[in-house]
Parts: sequence; structure tokens; C-alpha cells
Amino acid sequence: MPSVLILGAGSDMAMAIAREYASHQYDIQLAARSGNALVPLQQDLQIRYNVTASVHDFDAAAFDSHAAFFASLPAVPDITICVFGYLGDQEKAQRDWSEAARIIHTNYTGAVSILNIVAEAYAQRGSGLIAGISSVAGERGRMSNYIYGSAKAGFTAYLSGLRNRLFHARVHVISIQPGFVNTRMTQHLTLPPLLTAQPEAVAKAVYNGIRKKKNVLYVKWHWKYIMLIIRNIPEGIFKKLKL
Amino acid sequence: MQKRLANWGNYPAIASEETSFTQEDQLRTFVSNHKDLIARGNGRCYGDASLGKHSISMLRYDKILQFDTANGILETQAGVTLDQILDIIVPKGWFLPITPGTKFITVGGAVASDVHGKNHHVDGAFSNHIIDMDVITGDGNTITCAPDKNPDLFWATCGGMGLTGVVTRVKFDLKKIETAYIKQTQIKAKNLEDVIRLFEEYKHYTYSMAWIDCLKKGDAFGRSILIVGEHAKPEELTAKQRQAPLTLPAKRKLTVPFNLPSFILNTLTVKIFNWLYYNKNLKREINNVVPYEPFFYPLDAILHWNRGYGKAGFVQYQFVLPLEHKDGLVKILQRISDKGWGSFLAVLKVFGNQDSLISFPMEGYTLALDFPVRKGLFDFLDELDEIVLQYGGRLYLSKDARMKQEVFWKSYPNAEKFAAIVKQYNHNNTFTSLQSERLALTK
Repeated sequence: MPSVLILGAGSDMAMAIAREYASHQYDIQLAARSGNALVPLQQDLQIRYNVTASVHDFDAAAFDSHAAFFASLPAVPDITICVFGYLGDQEKAQRDWSEAARIIHTNYTGAVSILNIVAEAYAQRGSGLIAGISSVAGERGRMSNYIYGSAKAGFTAYLSGLRNRLFHARVHVISIQPGFVNTRMTQHLTLPPLLTAQPEAVAKAVYNGIRKKKNVLYVKWHWKYIMLIIRNIPEGIFKKLKL
Repeated sequence: MQKRLANWGNYPAIASEETSFTQEDQLRTFVSNHKDLIARGNGRCYGDASLGKHSISMLRYDKILQFDTANGILETQAGVTLDQILDIIVPKGWFLPITPGTKFITVGGAVASDVHGKNHHVDGAFSNHIIDMDVITGDGNTITCAPDKNPDLFWATCGGMGLTGVVTRVKFDLKKIETAYIKQTQIKAKNLEDVIRLFEEYKHYTYSMAWIDCLKKGDAFGRSILIVGEHAKPEELTAKQRQAPLTLPAKRKLTVPFNLPSFILNTLTVKIFNWLYYNKNLKREINNVVPYEPFFYPLDAILHWNRGYGKAGFVQYQFVLPLEHKDGLVKILQRISDKGWGSFLAVLKVFGNQDSLISFPMEGYTLALDFPVRKGLFDFLDELDEIVLQYGGRLYLSKDARMKQEVFWKSYPNAEKFAAIVKQYNHNNTFTSLQSERLALTK
């Protein structure tokens, strides 16, 4: 059976993605900081979909452990989906470096560290697929979340460069921009319903986007155009807005 | 996130702060730091039981933890809905031991309402099938309970409307089946006497209930269709069904896309509907084999059927009266039929005996019917409550949105005992709902 590795499997979005893939008869490798916390999901996938699921400890910020982590997987996965992320507290991060560092390491450095290792393995093998969940917040820095946004901007650029490089090794890389998603990470925010996706809808879009080998995927089509507008507001005007 | 929440009756609707979680420790921390919480599943109770200032959405806490296919034991997190469970267990030859008339409820909700089904007279309520369960109580601790382990917590949680804490995990037994079909018999009953006699005659059937026409007067007062059934055996299926006896053919779903204007539902349209429904069965008795879905969940085929009652919403009035008080049933039915406010068909069923602390069922007749919310309705229902009280009956808390507190305290014999246990586990009113405040069960 084909297999998929889900990095940061504890989030609502990751759980939905895991179920989507399991429903298409993929074996699932679940990785998160506390592998133990993933055992209920592991059982759930095996019982509902009759696939093999495994759980693994993975800490995005523990860079030194990444190579050993990847080597310890039961099989080199056919697909790697990097879902982990940390929204953090913008105001706190402006004053408190530990919060800023956590945002940067979770959303950018940690992702680069593990995907470098995955990319090497896939490039050598000449097959594989990498998907990264980035964010529309990375398309232009805004006062309300520019530390998170800049880390995601870095991740988006990384994915685009990786796609370019691995194309020549027959490995595909897809960048996913979910927009607002109704998850635990965003439950304290009031989100516009029309622009907000449910995790299950994101999961379906991710599955289909990967199957069709899209390059950049906006889960809700509106976002593509919203971001087009936001990117094109002249800086002189943009800086005066309170976004 | 601040949200407008209403349960299935669309009455009442309130603004509530909703929190969801996927890990037990997240919930434990949340419970220890907050007050005025109430767990909410899929919002299929009808009234205000799962509405409160802060609601804990259980729907993301939905993992199947263990399925013992040899012995028919299932262990799940409390946010899994019954429709998901059926998809998993039916193909392996198992069925829910108890199911209410909709499969879109969560396991936690089944516990909190201690739901009953068409087989109550044979298999009891949901609590009868629980092996053990976990409850996060007011201090944020998880306590495992079962009939023989922390029994006070167990019995106050079954039917306790979420007031002892948040049910997080439930292990319960399943029922063995050979096919996904039901062999059903429908018998037309000319009037109330007739249907009550038929209930007695058919009481050895596992499943039974009757659709009753609440608007009919005179000789045909209480005319009904009694529906009884058993899980079908393979030899009772057609050759085609027998090829995959545990798989149902896929069906299309209908939906009511928006609230219908309330004038559509009036005495005339309801009378026409009831006439059609009663007379669609040409013969007095019909025997056939049907998939389990239309048998158990006829209304689930129409998603959002509650919108048919319009924006003001509706309340479902469900009461139970002791067996010896058939006269009370007649009295209430007469009042309903005279008033002409009842809607579509009502459901009549005979409950078996059940020992419980605070669960709704008791041996007797239970009638459930919908009333669209309108001026004067609550006064009318208060009058019905008086009759229910007079005959030693009670109302189902899962359906209730308006009962006066004294009716509750007078009609549930163990109310005091229940309240004392709630107080013990629900530290400083960690858990409160609109219903618990209205009935003075908390504060």
C-alpha cells in the first residue's frame, strides 16, 4: 500500500488529512511532538479504514533529531505532508524573543530542517511527493501577524525553490495556502464564514491537489484573488492600513 | 468563537462562546479554568439542555478507540456520531444496542440523554449497555465510572444532561446481526384502544412503535399504524440482497434548504398529510423486509427537516405515563386533538420497566409530538404538564425547552438525590446550561 507521512499530526487539519488519505487506503505515519497523544487517532484510522497507521515522536524545533527520526520510519513514505505550524501571539513575539523564536522555528526553520532530509531521500530515489501547508499570511506582512507571516513567507519561498530543484529529479512539491480554517488554532478568532474552510474540506482539497500535482493550491478559490489584490496594494497605501 | 447556537427545535437560540478540543488534557485544563460550561454534541436534543454561556463542542473528539469484532464491544471518544459508528460496525455484523430515531447524535449525547429506542421494552435504554465510561468532572479530573465503579457518578451521568461533567470516553456492547435489513410488519389500528391492544399483542417483537394521528376525532380517535420489526435473517432476504447481506444500497439524501414559512403548516395541511400517511397502507397488515435506515431513521433521509417548522422553531413534547393511566393518555390526546396545534404524525410507544436515577423512561406509554412555537403554546403545554403530573408521568429533558421548574421537581422522584450528586461532582457550578438554570438544578 502507498504511504503518507504527516508531520505535525496533532492538529485538526492534520487529523482530517490523515483520515482522507486513510479513506483512500494509504498507510499513515503520524508524527508529532508527543507521539503518545496520537494513539487514539492511530486506532481510529486502523479501525475505520482498515489501514496500517504508526505514531512517531517528532519535534520540529529539535533539528538534530530529524535525520534519526526520518531513518526510523517503517518505510520511506511516498508522500510527505508538512502540516505543523504555530500562530503564536504577535504582540508577545514583538517583545519576547522566545515567542518569536518559537514562531520562526516551528513555521520555518524546523520545516526546512526536516524537508531538507526528506528532499534528499526523494531526490536520490527519483520519486516522492512533498506537500507543505503554508499560509496566505506569508504573502504580505501585516501588522497583526507579521512574525508568523514572515516565517510562512520564508516557508513559501523554500517550497517554491524546492519545487524548482526537485522537478529535475522527478519529485513534485506542492505549496498549499489554506486561508482561514476553522480549527483549534483559530477558535479564538471570529472568522468570515464565506472565507473559512472546514478541516475536512482542506483535507479533500489537499488530497485532490496532490493527486493532480498542482504547484500552488488555494483551498478556497476566493483567496487567490483576495491575495492578488492585497499583494498589489501600493506600499505607500498599505502601510497606512491597519491590517 | 462567539456563535449563535440552537438545538434541533431551533428554539431557543442563544449566543455562546464555543470551544473545541482534540486531546483530553486540553479539555481538562479548560474545565479547571472555566465556569458555566456545557458539553454539546451534534445539537440534536431539541431544547436548551446543551445550550449555555460556554459550550464545549465535542465533535472533534471523535476517535474510535477499540472495536472487538469477536465479542461486539466498541470503545469510542464521546464526540463520535452514531451514523459513523453504523458505517463501521454494520459491515462486520454488529448493530447499536439502542438507537433513537436519528443517527446524527453523538455517543456522549446518547449517555447524557440516556436515549431509548423502539426496543426499550426488551433492551432498556443506552445506560443498560455501557461497560464503563470516563467523565471529566468540575475539578478537571477524569473519573472512570460503571454500574459497579463510582456508581453514583455513573447513574447521575446517564440521563444527567451533562451536569455531572463532560463524558469523554464510552465503552459499550453491541448487538449481533446477520443482515443489515429489518423484517417489519405494519398494522393499521382503527383507534387508540385498538393500538394499545396491538402493542400488547406484539410485545414479543424486539422493535415496536406507532405513528399516531393526533388530530382525528370521534370513532377514529387515535388511529395509528403500529410498526414492529426484527433484524432479518439471511434466508428472509432476496437473492440479490443475500449476496451482500450486511451492505445497504447507496441512497440519495434530500434536504430542506431553508426555513419554510410557518403558514405552510396548519391544521388543514397536517390533516391531509396524516390522511395520506394512514391511507397509503391499503391493507390492514403489510409485511416486508426493508434496509435498517428507513426503519430506524425515516426522518434522517430529509436533512434539516426541522426547517419545515419555520424560523420561530418548534418544541417537541414528549411525556411518559405509567401503564395503569391509559385514561391520562386519552385525556391528553383529546386536549391535543381539540386544540388542533399538533403537527404531522406523533409517535406512541410502550416503555418497559427501567430502574434508573434520572433517566426519562419508565414502564408506561410515551407520546412525542411536535408543536411549532406560537403565541399561547407554552400556556397550553403548561396545562398538559398538569395532566402529566396528575397521572404520575414526566417529560423528557432532551426534548424540553420550557417546562416550569416545579414540574420537574415534582415529576422526577429522584430529583433531590440527583441534584445532590451533581453538586458533589459539579464543583462551583462548572457546568450549567439554560435548562439547568431554568429547572434550578444548578446555582
